[in-house]
Amino acid sequence: MANPNGIGASVRRREDQRFLTGRGNYTDDFKRPNMTHAVHVRSPYAHARILGIDFTDALAIPGVVAVLTGADMEADKVGSLPCGWQIHSKDGSPMKEPPHYPLARDRVRYVGDAVAVVIAETREQARDAAEMVVVDYEELPAVGSSTRAIAGGAPLVHDDAPDNVCYDWHLGDQAAVDAAFANAAHVAKIDLVNQRLVPNAMEPRAAMGEYDQSTGEYTLTTTSQNPHVTRLLMGAFVLGIPEHKLRVVAPDVGGGFGSKIFHYGEEAVVTWAARKVGRPVKWTADRSESFLTDAHGRDHVSHAELAMDADGNFLALRVSTLANLGAYLSTFAPSIPTYLYATLLAGQYKTPAIYAEVKAVFTNTAPVDAYRGAGRPEACYLIERLVDVAAGVMGMDKTEIRRRNFVPKEAMPYQTPVALQYDTGDFAKNLDIALPLVDYPGFQQRRAESKARGKLRGIGFATYIEACGIAPSNVAGALGARAGLYECAEVRFHPTGSVTVFTGSHSHGQGHETTFAQIVAERFGIPIENVEIVHGDTNKIPFGMGTYGSRSLAVGGSALVKAMDKVERKAKKIAAHMLEAAETDIEVKDGRFTVAGTDKSLGIGEIALQAYVPHNFPLDELEPGLDEQAFYDPKNFTYPNGCHVCELEIDPDTGVTTIVSFAAVDDFGNVINPLIVEGQVHGGLVQGIGQALYENCVYDEESGQLVTGSYMDYCMPRADDVPSFTVRYHEDQPCTHNPLGVKGCGEAGTIGAAAAVMNAVVDALSEYGVTHMDMPATPEKVWRTIRDATPAIAAE
Amino acid sequence: MSCTVSMTVNGKTVSREVEERTLLVAFLREHLGLTGTHVGCDTSQCGACVVLVDGRSVKSCTALAVQADGAAVTTIEGLAAADGTLHPMQAAFREHHGLQCGFCTPGMVMSAVDLVRENPNPTEAEIREGLEGNICRCTGYHNIVKAVKAGAEAMAGTQATPVAAE
Repeated sequence: MANPNGIGASVRRREDQRFLTGRGNYTDDFKRPNMTHAVHVRSPYAHARILGIDFTDALAIPGVVAVLTGADMEADKVGSLPCGWQIHSKDGSPMKEPPHYPLARDRVRYVGDAVAVVIAETREQARDAAEMVVVDYEELPAVGSSTRAIAGGAPLVHDDAPDNVCYDWHLGDQAAVDAAFANAAHVAKIDLVNQRLVPNAMEPRAAMGEYDQSTGEYTLTTTSQNPHVTRLLMGAFVLGIPEHKLRVVAPDVGGGFGSKIFHYGEEAVVTWAARKVGRPVKWTADRSESFLTDAHGRDHVSHAELAMDADGNFLALRVSTLANLGAYLSTFAPSIPTYLYATLLAGQYKTPAIYAEVKAVFTNTAPVDAYRGAGRPEACYLIERLVDVAAGVMGMDKTEIRRRNFVPKEAMPYQTPVALQYDTGDFAKNLDIALPLVDYPGFQQRRAESKARGKLRGIGFATYIEACGIAPSNVAGALGARAGLYECAEVRFHPTGSVTVFTGSHSHGQGHETTFAQIVAERFGIPIENVEIVHGDTNKIPFGMGTYGSRSLAVGGSALVKAMDKVERKAKKIAAHMLEAAETDIEVKDGRFTVAGTDKSLGIGEIALQAYVPHNFPLDELEPGLDEQAFYDPKNFTYPNGCHVCELEIDPDTGVTTIVSFAAVDDFGNVINPLIVEGQVHGGLVQGIGQALYENCVYDEESGQLVTGSYMDYCMPRADDVPSFTVRYHEDQPCTHNPLGVKGCGEAGTIGAAAAVMNAVVDALSEYGVTHMDMPATPEKVWRTIRDATPAIAAE
Repeated sequence: MSCTVSMTVNGKTVSREVEERTLLVAFLREHLGLTGTHVGCDTSQCGACVVLVDGRSVKSCTALAVQADGAAVTTIEGLAAADGTLHPMQAAFREHHGLQCGFCTPGMVMSAVDLVRENPNPTEAEIREGLEGNICRCTGYHNIVKAVKAGAEAMAGTQATPVAAE
C-alpha cells in the first residue's frame, strides 16, 4: 500500500476528536438568538375524532408564544406528508394513500399523533402549557395489530381503505410454484412472526426551524440521514417553499438505522412555525416521544412452504406475508415489505420457482418503515428458519442442506426468480471459513458437556444475502420509486493542493469523514490531513440522496471516484499544457503527472496551483479551476453476503439464554477501512441479537396503546447481554459493477444475526420437540416452552 | 421559583440563578452551554448524560442542579488536558474504535473513567457489568469493552487520574 492512510488501512477516525471531547454538534446542541421551544400535544388515544381544542389556559402560562393546530396549518394550505414509493396491487390498482398531515385535522389515528404544538420561551414552559391544552376527543374503536386489521368487521383506520388494506401485492410465478409443489417429495412449512421493533438511535429526533424575513429564506436543522430528500419533500409537497429558499442541514446525527431517513411532520411544523412566530423554533423529542412517533420496523406475520425433491434439493418456495404499515404511510414504507423483502426470498439458494404474496394493512399504530436491513432481515429470517425446518424434515445436517442448495460461484451472475441478478458471491467459501472458526465437528462434544452441567446447548447458522447499494434508478423507478436513487460528489482542489469533498452521503456514525478521505488520499497520493469531507448541508453540496440501504460507499463512494476521474482528466490537460507535451503522452500515477519516457513531471498540488493562477492558459481549450462534480447511478444493486454462526446455552431452570460464541464471515467486496467495517458488523450483530432475544414493541391489540413505551419496558441489549465477536471477511468476490468493487457493510450484521440466534435457540430446545419459537426468546418464553413440552413438569 | 446554584464545573466556579426544578443536565447544557453531555432518554436508563460529581459517576438527567450545589462536576469537556491531550480513556476509545455516532460516547467515557477508578484492572465481564447502565446502539459494545480495557491499562501506566485528583 503506497499511502499509509489509503485504501485498506485501519485509519483511526478523524471525527472522533470532536465526539470524544464533547464538541460534536447535534441538532439539540444548537442555540439561536431569540430561539423558542416547541412541545407537541399528542393524542392519548389510538383512534379518536377531534371535536375541539381549547388552549385558552395554555396561552396564559408565562412564556407561551403561540399554540398552533391543524386548523392553522390547513388555513395556510400546508399539505400532506408525501409517500416516496407507489406499489400496485395484484389487480393493478394503486395502493391506498390516505393523507398524513403534520398536525391532525379531524381524526387521530395512533397514540402520539400530533394534534397541536405549543411554542414558548423555554422547553419547560412549553411542556407546562402543552399539559394545559384541552382536546375534546370522541374515542373510536381501534385496530392494534395487523391480524386484527383484516379480521371481519374490524374498525377502519381510513374510511377509503376497505378492510384496512393498503395493497395486496405479489411477485413470482405462481403456476410454476404450484406445479413444483404438486411434484414435491417433501415439504417444509413454517408460520412465524417477525415482531415490531423500535429503531432507537440514541439521539432522539430533533428539528429547528428558522425564517429570515429579509430574504424569505428558511433553514431547517434536523436529525436526518438525507437532508436533500427532506428538502424536496417538505419544500415541494408540504410547505410549498422553493428549493432555493429552503436550506436543510443535518449536522452531527446520533445514529439513524433507517429511522431518520423519513420526512416527519415535526420538521414541517417547526419550519412553518418559525415564520408564524417570527423566531427560531426548536423541537427535541424526549425518549417517550421517540417510542411513540419514530417510524418502527419489521412487524410481519408470515406463512411459508418449501418444496423439495427426495434428496433435499429445493424446488419451490411459497410465502404469504401480512405486513403492518401503521396508521399512515411513512416516506418509504410501501417498498419495505415488497421490493426490499420478497425480492430477497431466493436467499443464497438456487430455488428455481418462488411466489410471494404480501398484504399490507393500516392499523392504529405508529407508522412502520425501514429499520436497519429493512425487509432483508425479514426475508433472511424466514428463509433461514425454514431451511432449518427443512433440514429436520430431511434428516440432513443444517450445513449440508445449505451447501447442497447454494447458488454456485460458477453460476454468477445469477438471475433469481424474484427479479434480482446477483453479480458475485461464493457462498460455500463463507461457510468453509466459518466452520473451523466455530469448531463445528466439536459441537456434539460441547453439547454433551453442557448437558452434564444441566444446560442446553444449541448451534445456529444463517447464510444471508442482501441487496444494497440502493439503487439503480431505472430499476427502482420501474418498481414504483418516485425518486432517482443516484448519489453525487464534488471534488474541489484548492490552489495550495488541499481538497474539499462534498458528498451527498450522510454520516451518522459510519465514519465517512475518514473512509472517503482515504479514497481521495490514495488516488492523488496526498496526506489524508489535506482532505476535508463535507456532508449534510443542502447549501453546500449538490443534490444528494443520503445514506440508507448500505449505499454510502457503493453509490456515494462511486460518485466520488467519478468526480476524481474528472479531476484527473482536467489535471492531465493542465499538465500537458505546462509540460508542453501532448495530453496522450501524460502518464498518471498516485497524483503525479509524467511525460512518458521522460523525467518531466508535476504533482497534483503544482497543477492545482496553476489551475487557479492560469496566467498563460490557452483559454479557448482550457478553463481555469480544478473543481469537478459527478453523479453516479448504479447499474445494479450490490449483494453483500455471508455466513453467521451462533452457539448458545440455555438454562432450562430459568429460561435464560447465554450466547457462548458468535462468528460472522462476510463478503463485502473490497474493504476500505477494516476497523470501521468490523465496527459496523459488531453493531449490526447486536441489533440482530436484540431482536432475537430481547426487543419487542408491543401494542395492545384492542386499545392500540403502546405497552413498551420506554427503556423500562422495551429491552435494549446492554453490554452484559452480548458477547465479543469473531469477525472475518474476504475480498475474493468484489462487486463487478462499481469502480471500488465494494458491496456495503452497514446492515449485514442485523440481517444475519437474528436468524442465526433463533436457529441456535430452537436447536438447543430440539430435545423437547421444539421446531419453532417466535422472537424474542425471552427467559419467560423459553421457560414456558420447556415446561409445556415436558409432560412431567406440565402435570405438576 | 428560582434559586442560586453554585458549583465547580471542569475546574471553573460557576453560579447561576435557575428554576428549582432545573435538572443538572439542563443546567450544564442550557445554562452553561456545555452540550457535550447528552440526553438519550427520560427514565434514567441510557446513561448518555453521565458526568462525574465529586469524582463519582452520576446520571445528570436524574439529579437536580441544586443537588450538585457546592460540588465539583466534571463533564466530557473537562476530561482532556488543558493543552488538548486526550485523557487515556478518550484516547483508548479512539484507538479501538469504541464510538460510532458519538451520542452515547460522553456518558460511556465518563462511566468508564469511574469504573476504572473503582476497579483499576477490570476483566471483560466486569467491564460489561460495569457499563450496563449505558446503552450504545451503534458499536455492539465489542470495541467499547476493548477500549475500556486498554484505557484502564493506560490509566494505570500513567497514573493520570486528573478526575480523582479534583
